[in-house]
Amino acid sequence: MSRWTRTADPAADAGWKNAPPRKGFFTDSSICIGCKACEVACKEWNGIPEDGLEMLGMSYDNTGSLGASTWRHVAFIEQPRRAVAASGLTPLPVVAARPGENRSFDGAETGIRWLMSSDVCKHCTNAACLDVCPTGSLMRTEFGTVVVQDDICNGCGYCIPACPFGVIDRRQGPPGTRNVGIAQKCTLCYDRLGDGMTPACAQACPTQSIQYGDLDELRVRAQHRVDALHAAGVADAQLYGADPNDGIGGAGAFFLLLDEPEVYGLPPDPVVTTRDLPAMWRTAAIAGATLLAGAAVAFVRARS
Amino acid sequence: MVPPATFASYYGRPIVKTAPWERDIPAYLFLGGMAAGSSLLAAGADLRNLPELRRVARIGAFVGGAAGTAALIHDLGRPMRFLNMLRTAKPTSPMSVGTWVLAAYGPLASAAATAEIAAMMPRRLPIAGRVLALSARPAGVLAAALAPALAAYTGVLLSDTATPAWHAARRELPFVFAGSAAASAGGLAMVGTCLEQAAPARRMAVGGAVVALVMEARMERSMGLSAETLHAGTAKRLMNASRALTAGGAIGAAVFGVRNRRAAQVSGVALLAGSVCARFAIFEAGQQSARDPRYTVVPQRDRLQRAANA
Ligand code: SF4
Repeated sequence: MSRWTRTADPAADAGWKNAPPRKGFFTDSSICIGCKACEVACKEWNGIPEDGLEMLGMSYDNTGSLGASTWRHVAFIEQPRRAVAASGLTPLPVVAARPGENRSFDGAETGIRWLMSSDVCKHCTNAACLDVCPTGSLMRTEFGTVVVQDDICNGCGYCIPACPFGVIDRRQGPPGTRNVGIAQKCTLCYDRLGDGMTPACAQACPTQSIQYGDLDELRVRAQHRVDALHAAGVADAQLYGADPNDGIGGAGAFFLLLDEPEVYGLPPDPVVTTRDLPAMWRTAAIAGATLLAGAAVAFVRARS
Repeated sequence: MVPPATFASYYGRPIVKTAPWERDIPAYLFLGGMAAGSSLLAAGADLRNLPELRRVARIGAFVGGAAGTAALIHDLGRPMRFLNMLRTAKPTSPMSVGTWVLAAYGPLASAAATAEIAAMMPRRLPIAGRVLALSARPAGVLAAALAPALAAYTGVLLSDTATPAWHAARRELPFVFAGSAAASAGGLAMVGTCLEQAAPARRMAVGGAVVALVMEARMERSMGLSAETLHAGTAKRLMNASRALTAGGAIGAAVFGVRNRRAAQVSGVALLAGSVCARFAIFEAGQQSARDPRYTVVPQRDRLQRAANA
């Protein structure tokens, strides 16, 4: 069970003895090609039902957001290169085949820059979904990840508004679909990890945009990558969720982004809601005491 | 502070998800609050020997608690698994805490109400009737002891989320809900009790209404940007209705309800309706604040900006 004390080692904090090193994802969006192999591999391995195949009419994104039946979601962001160049951001990745192709007659930038990133559950160090789960269905694994136990969840839905990233959701669908009415999200392929295998999405990613491994090592690797990009002039490359001192105690699945997080549909400064819970309980205690005192006062002059 | 006119988002899509809850949950917020306030009234009436007030309040507490519990179970994705709530107790989960409070409260409130109903029967039950009559007071007093927790925890239940308007309301919401609980319970008792015995109910109703109105106004000032969601659409209409009904009901109770039974009953109904509207308004405002990424992005950007400036 999670406590209010904030921790660096969530598996040990949850009571695991001799836990293996914490596992995670580093998703490097600078080399994502938007192929959606991760989405497909995730669906295949985890037996996730179909949840809509229509295009959304806004980009090549046809899943829209993470949800009960979309555990990897590839975001597609098209930005006019003119606006990008004007704002000082690097117009990368370059869509032009030849230098100069993306320029109009007067030399101004034309065309678009295209950002793609594969989103996933962050497996927060301080996970709101796990904190608020009333049945104990959401649990911390020995790998430091956060997993729903399908046979325990009763579909109360509290984890859904608690997650600061809008990741977890309750599966809807025709009766008969697996796990309808139950909260569902990425398990970081708990069943594969136990056998020493790589999660399906990372295995399928053809560019190693999704990297799986020990979180400590991934953080070092990510820092090298962002330094290299800065040195190459991609000044706006930034890590997201890699800082253990952020509002969720650092993410187990973190990202390298080429623009601000909200552009990708990520909150710029997520905070685990239970951080404020002790103060909220104090407020409720005072409110309850006020009610009790008020009721007593209401009877002061009463007699039969 | 003027919030920035523009903010970036992913095609305007929401960031956080709305709670998957339907009308059951705001209905429960009302019913549980009304039950809690009624249990306090019932215990006071019992100790002060006001049998008519006691009867109405005990039955109100039972009906509110039972209907509220039914709404909670109905809202689950897997209602048959509701007992899984009791396989653990977690102080980090307001829903777990609330379930345990309700699990303890329900049987106590039921025992007190059953004694009232048994006493109203034309034929007395020989032994069971005696047991019920003897256990009614301790059960009722214990239910009243749990009632403040039942009335106030729901404020934490909503606030302990990433839903922008609910989390931003965390400093006042338990007070708004506790006040609303007192107003609705007082209102219910005013409807069903004769004028002579209803004085404590009137006082509780007026006091609760004042607390709910004052704290709600304060809440809107301290919420920041997401207070906007209470100033538009359905939430706005409901909150305006709640203010009018609660204030009108309180004034009616204090001015006319002392002498005129009809006026007391009308005021009581207004207070009940005002409490219902407040719960649905706050519920709806939260859902709206989750649908629009503006309420997630802009305050978080401000926070980062302030941290960078500091
Ligand atoms: S991202 Fe959301 S669902 Fe994933 S661990 Fe964090 S709070 Fe839970």
